[in-house]
Amino acid sequence: MKDIINIKKLIHDYQKYNEDGKVESTYRAVDEVSLDVQPGQFIAILGHNGSGKSTLAKHLNAILLPTEGTVYVDGKDTRDEEKIKEIRQTAGMVFQNPDNQIIGTVVDEDVAFGPENMGVPSKEIEKRVEEGLKTVEMWEYRSHSPNKLSGGQKQRVAIAGVVAMHPKCIVLDEPTAMLDPVGRKEVIQAAWKLNKEEHVTIILITHYMEEVTSADQVIVMEQGKVLMQGTPKEVFSRVEELKEHRLDVPQVTMLAHELRKSGLNIPEGILTREELIEELVKLKTTADAEGGAICP
Amino acid sequence: MIRDITIGQYYPTDSVIHRLDPRTKLVWTLAYIFSLFLFRSFASYVVATVLLVTVIKISKVPFKFMVKGMKAVVILLLITVVFNLFLIPGTTLVQIWKLRITYEGLNTAVFMALRLTYLIIGSSVMTLTTTPNQLTDGMEKGLAPLNKIHVPVHDVAMMMSIALRFIPILLEETDKIMKAQMARGADFESGNLITKAKNMIPLLVPLFISAFRRANDLAMAMEARGYYGGEGRTKMRPLVYQKNDRIAYAILPVYLIAMFAAKKIVGI
Amino acid sequence: MSIKLEHINYIYGEETAYEKHALKDINLEIPDGQFVGIIGHTGSGKSTLIQHLNGLIKATSGVIYYNGENIYAEGYSMKELRSHVGLVFQYPEYQLFEADVLSDVCFGPKNLGLSEEEVKMRSLEALHQVGLKEKYYDKSPFDLSGGQKRRVAIAGILAMHPEVLILDEPTAGLDPKGRDDILDQIAKLHKERGITVILVSHSMEDVAKYVDRIIVMDHGCMKFDGEPKKVFEHYKELESIGLSAPQVTYVMQDLKEKGFDVDVHAITVEEAKQSILQVFGMKVKKNGSEENV
Repeated sequence: MKDIINIKKLIHDYQKYNEDGKVESTYRAVDEVSLDVQPGQFIAILGHNGSGKSTLAKHLNAILLPTEGTVYVDGKDTRDEEKIKEIRQTAGMVFQNPDNQIIGTVVDEDVAFGPENMGVPSKEIEKRVEEGLKTVEMWEYRSHSPNKLSGGQKQRVAIAGVVAMHPKCIVLDEPTAMLDPVGRKEVIQAAWKLNKEEHVTIILITHYMEEVTSADQVIVMEQGKVLMQGTPKEVFSRVEELKEHRLDVPQVTMLAHELRKSGLNIPEGILTREELIEELVKLKTTADAEGGAICP
Repeated sequence: MIRDITIGQYYPTDSVIHRLDPRTKLVWTLAYIFSLFLFRSFASYVVATVLLVTVIKISKVPFKFMVKGMKAVVILLLITVVFNLFLIPGTTLVQIWKLRITYEGLNTAVFMALRLTYLIIGSSVMTLTTTPNQLTDGMEKGLAPLNKIHVPVHDVAMMMSIALRFIPILLEETDKIMKAQMARGADFESGNLITKAKNMIPLLVPLFISAFRRANDLAMAMEARGYYGGEGRTKMRPLVYQKNDRIAYAILPVYLIAMFAAKKIVGI
Repeated sequence: MSIKLEHINYIYGEETAYEKHALKDINLEIPDGQFVGIIGHTGSGKSTLIQHLNGLIKATSGVIYYNGENIYAEGYSMKELRSHVGLVFQYPEYQLFEADVLSDVCFGPKNLGLSEEEVKMRSLEALHQVGLKEKYYDKSPFDLSGGQKRRVAIAGILAMHPEVLILDEPTAGLDPKGRDDILDQIAKLHKERGITVILVSHSMEDVAKYVDRIIVMDHGCMKFDGEPKKVFEHYKELESIGLSAPQVTYVMQDLKEKGFDVDVHAITVEEAKQSILQVFGMKVKKNGSEENV
């Protein structure tokens, strides 16, 4: 199966110019990152603000071009100007600020924006808008003004706008950073639905760990480099390292880790409440059977 | 809260007028305004009144909304009437001390008042039955021939509709910034004109920066969704003339002729 | 330095299609030096409530007393109230406007009519308190990172020496490191200066860790008011109004149901750990070594 994204030794430098137009300083935001994504996967990229994750994301639809290295989207090189339209149709993007990506004054007009740009015939646009809005469960709001929607609803409209372009892959760049817990849940659920039901490849950039516990792959970035890469279990097992880098770990994982440190025989990589309870119940049953406290 | 203000005061309901192509309404409004200036006769204005009342009825918009627009111009109206009533020379009708009301003055005053009123109400019909975006779409399609002489019709229409979309957002942001600065002791009320202008800096600088930031984000989002300008774009709801539009266009010359005839026949 | 609200109601958009009863009969007293957390779903009225505390919004009915004085009384200076009750809005970095960081922080104290010396002294002190390094003081605020900008904005309020500090979602949009930094700074301020701190937040874990008291807002009403442990007892009801208790609270409740004799009031990882270890007959001494009970 051909990869949908290939990033080969990507380097991205930001240059700061002074008033005379000369380069004042260079800042390396992405430092030789290589990554392959297979179609249908759900990939999460975590890291601090300034770790380079957003910069990396913007290469996936050619908003930024590499300083060095190459990025291939569905086999197409992002540096190829003639392929940009196709690339942006293949890899859609949802941004952080809900208001600043909605263009239409009415919800369905906004979702139509993408297909209109692609020159899709009117009747087909109507169909796609309906499909898109129904997928994110916002169809009943189609004639509403976006101004009256909640943050989570606005982001879902933004997702619908991208879905209507029939992309193979959707990159979500910190889509929940400005939302409340309810909104965050709505958006992440919509992303999962797209991945599981429509087999859209999802690349989620975030710093909320709870959102990524079921991802296929988790990549942790730090200072432009890939710090860790693996399944959620593998990555979240490295609790001490994550804490050292001041990254978050779900409370449950933290608790499991602390209990393990204190001598309880709990495996690493506990990600959910259910898993932890299960392990503790197992331990207790064993302890009770052996008639007393667990000795290390 | 502020986001609830609709610009142009669109009144959503389903009527023949609402469903007319915005280009039809634009052309009609212009022709109507033109006719008010061209045919200065009471008889003609009766014709205009008949038209106005009929259209308002068909539009199903409650009359009180139509006159809401008048509130803003009441002062202007009064000044116009008073000035014309007392300051135009001619045959005197009434004299109170030094103040003279002439026949010409009365005539002019009444016409100016009527004209202003009908202008406002007529335009209100337009804005109450057409959303701002329908208007920009109408202008974009209607002025499309100008593309041939390199007038950037699409770009201007796109800019206008984006501006319309962000007005409520920027208004709300202005409110937020004002409150944040007031929480730091800023005073936007007291002082003379110069002081007030200076005090606006903590409001205007963040607002401008915010507007630029939004514009930047929006441009990125538009590019990400494949926007490259107007070429090759289709529309989900393209503007196409319907039967009612053709009827409306057909009535237009009839109306103008009626205005003309009324003036000629009745004389005043 | 206490704040007292009596029968506060706030209705806006009266007689229009958008009339909203945003605050319904709020009765509240916040004593000097308390660290309060206000939580609630979007639209619950929490932001509206805090804007009443420094007079930015005037209640439709009811009275507010600051230090025993009725702020709605004739002649009461709202401007002065705002020098005592400092309010930091959400995303405060959007209010920065001056050419350099120090000048922006000086804006607040300057508006208080203090001497140039005093203004500068307070501003430098405030910047130091939020942990911003001196090398940034003469830079343009727009050259700073998001987290740094936010600290400048908070310093701008601290420089006014408020007795009450209200922060509306101070961690919004920040990454975990930024979030911890800001909350630690706020907790430090509370401890060192003894000021009253009111924190509006969505994050239960954050709130649980720092505050003495939690007020839960729901559709304009105060639904719960008390110690964090007591409030999170109602975790099922909190869920129904769109909030949640800290993850560990759920773990403890689940364990209890399975027959573990744990403390269901544990709201932090540390508390949960201790309670679970006890069940297994283990105890962890302060220096981390184990010991069987």
